[in-house]
Amino acid sequence: MAPTRTSDHVSLKRKPRLRELVIQSLLFVCGLLSIFVTAGIIYELGKESLLFFGRTQWQLTNKPIVADIAPADTRIEVGPIGTPLREGDTLRLDQEVLHLIAIEDSIYVVERGVQDTAPASHAAGAVLHKGVDPSLAEFFTGTTWAPHAGQFGVLPLLNATLMVSGIAILVALPLGLATAIYLSEYASPRARNTLKPILEILAGVPTVVYGYFALTFMTPLLRTIFGQNVVQIYNTASAGIVIGILILPLVSTISEDALNAVPRSLREAAYGLGATRLETAVRIVLPAAFSGIAAAAILAISRAVGETMVVALAAGAGPAFTFNPFQAAETMTGHIVRISGGDLSYDSLDYNSIFAIGLMLFVMTLALNIFSQYIVRRFREVYE
Amino acid sequence: MSASNLQQRHRTGRVWLVVFQVALLTGIVALTALLFNILNGSFGYVAIEDTIAPQDLAVNGVPLEEQDKDTLIQVLQAHISAGLFARYEFDKPFAERSAGEVYDLILERVVEPKFVAQWSLYETLTNRDAIRQTAAQDFPNARLEFRSWLNSHFLRAPQSSYPEIAGVRTAVLGSLWTIGIAVLFAFPVGVAAAVYLQEYAPDNLINRIIQTNITNLAGVPSIIYGILGLAIFVRALGHFTSGVAFGASDPTTSNGRTILSAGLTLGMLVLPLIIINAQEAIKAVPSSLRQASFGLGATRWETVWHHVLPNAISGIMTGTILAISRAIGETAPLVVIGASTFIQVDPEGPFSNFTTLPIQIYQWTARPQSVFRNLAGGASLVLLGLLLTLNATAIILRNRYRRSL
Repeated sequence: MAPTRTSDHVSLKRKPRLRELVIQSLLFVCGLLSIFVTAGIIYELGKESLLFFGRTQWQLTNKPIVADIAPADTRIEVGPIGTPLREGDTLRLDQEVLHLIAIEDSIYVVERGVQDTAPASHAAGAVLHKGVDPSLAEFFTGTTWAPHAGQFGVLPLLNATLMVSGIAILVALPLGLATAIYLSEYASPRARNTLKPILEILAGVPTVVYGYFALTFMTPLLRTIFGQNVVQIYNTASAGIVIGILILPLVSTISEDALNAVPRSLREAAYGLGATRLETAVRIVLPAAFSGIAAAAILAISRAVGETMVVALAAGAGPAFTFNPFQAAETMTGHIVRISGGDLSYDSLDYNSIFAIGLMLFVMTLALNIFSQYIVRRFREVYE
Repeated sequence: MSASNLQQRHRTGRVWLVVFQVALLTGIVALTALLFNILNGSFGYVAIEDTIAPQDLAVNGVPLEEQDKDTLIQVLQAHISAGLFARYEFDKPFAERSAGEVYDLILERVVEPKFVAQWSLYETLTNRDAIRQTAAQDFPNARLEFRSWLNSHFLRAPQSSYPEIAGVRTAVLGSLWTIGIAVLFAFPVGVAAAVYLQEYAPDNLINRIIQTNITNLAGVPSIIYGILGLAIFVRALGHFTSGVAFGASDPTTSNGRTILSAGLTLGMLVLPLIIINAQEAIKAVPSSLRQASFGLGATRWETVWHHVLPNAISGIMTGTILAISRAIGETAPLVVIGASTFIQVDPEGPFSNFTTLPIQIYQWTARPQSVFRNLAGGASLVLLGLLLTLNATAIILRNRYRRSL
């Protein structure tokens, strides 16, 4: 009997496998979760920041009304004490919002029951609140951060953050780059294998321990060198230097990887033309590794901007607009930690403000990180 | 180029070599200073004033440390008020307390040691005579003692506002709890995401977005995760994270600032690190293994489960442990979500309020009194010890399970 052809019965089509499909979907959801985290960050920071800018904050003026007023009264008499108010201000008495039209000595002419509130009777002694709207312009240009006093300028916090990061990168970039050049161009493989792990211990120490180090070692050291009167107990210099030490391994490791990626043939060509070791390292290898080193520097700045515990412990509590590195100044991260360290109630001014500052911090670090990735792609020297 | 020029160039080269070496040395000096600074705060002379000297409490000439439990209870009863004794009995019956616990109570309530002055290790070693003189002059009633701030009492005792009896027990337990929850959440999700990206994901827009997103998430400052945790876990999901939804806590007093919220926040923080590390480990598995498996008719999941993961597991574990050591030192996000209060009792479960070791170090360092800096130094040693153990485990794991492929 001739063999029967069986190929008619064997289907080569892909079989639907339910189990495989379920597993793949589950794995995909896990991968997608990271997108949810990002979305969550952007949504929450954005939402609460909008509340910060969009909602009128009520400041206590300590200014009482002198006589009882009925719902129909538009002229109210106020006491002489408390914060002076201006025409056009929005006021609040208990639940009712009023618009201040004119001031005639101690008599305020007001429009009653604005912003969907109902005019009501108020007893003498009730205290006026003044409405303040934080504006984006004031947020970015104001030089005082005192939200409870109606001043919303983020510049003092931003300035302190930039100062600390600037000092940190001034410490970390030269040291890290020189270390990288030494390890990659001069050190024997054996020396490199011993020295690199030692430096990497620095990267593994928790940041709060660095904060302890800044406060109990670096600050006393600076005060001994520059004088007790010049250097305050809390200062940005100490925090900046210590953050510089903290990001040093980041700079040196990434830079060294970049230097190592430069092919040997370039070095040998330079030696062949009579260049010394230094000239080869600085004029040939360093430019060839530029993209990696620039990326390392930017990543390090981003890390310094987001660093929190060192500044929370050593840079000082209380926003101050100063360019003196020996004075106390609170950074954005330091402010968030201090504000939230107390009992923070939801929907309060402080609660909303940490989201506004956090959004700014997020945008800054994200921009730096993306910029560093761009530099790596754009300026990478590709060798065969 | 002339010969003199060549000499000049070589001289410049030597000068710069010294500069490079000095830079490297600076880094090592900084590390040494950091470690020395912690030791400097963790050991040293302390001047202690006792209300009743321990030797006066000796019964029948036998020092207090060597007494049995019943005698210790008698000593305690003789020196504290009946009301206080009854309260201790109520908190935990003396029959259930160990001799060591009763001894601690005697130290706390009867001896009442008070630290009146303390010196750093460096001062203690270099200036011994001067310290003895100062102590004898300024604190005539005090005894001078060389103290290791990291001691067994420090590890056993809960947080306290008295530096004499404060310890890190609650903080260490809190750290272990939060890390445990973080790993329970982030490890399975992270490895699954890495498997998806490495083994399944076709190169299309959504997968590229996921990959870029993970890289960028790894660079987000940790405090942002704290803010997110505050908004989502503490506030929005407070009903669940406080345990009210499960009937585990009292709705009137509990809030979302619990170990569960802290653990989930840390989990989100380490998730990108775990994914990236696991991806590297999976990438290192040679594709010949996969092809052999497919060739024998295994499905994709069978290939992953039986061949890729077993070969990548040591790398995945190492990466996870490194991510954990990052998480265990994190302070800022936990301060933001915890608004950490003063906690003296051991955490009972995921719905307890919490403090962790780094938070404890932060709070002690931030105190104005210098005696708390010594406690912070001791706590830093504990934290570094914990990290060292973790990293050693990672290295051992790596060496043990490294397969030659």
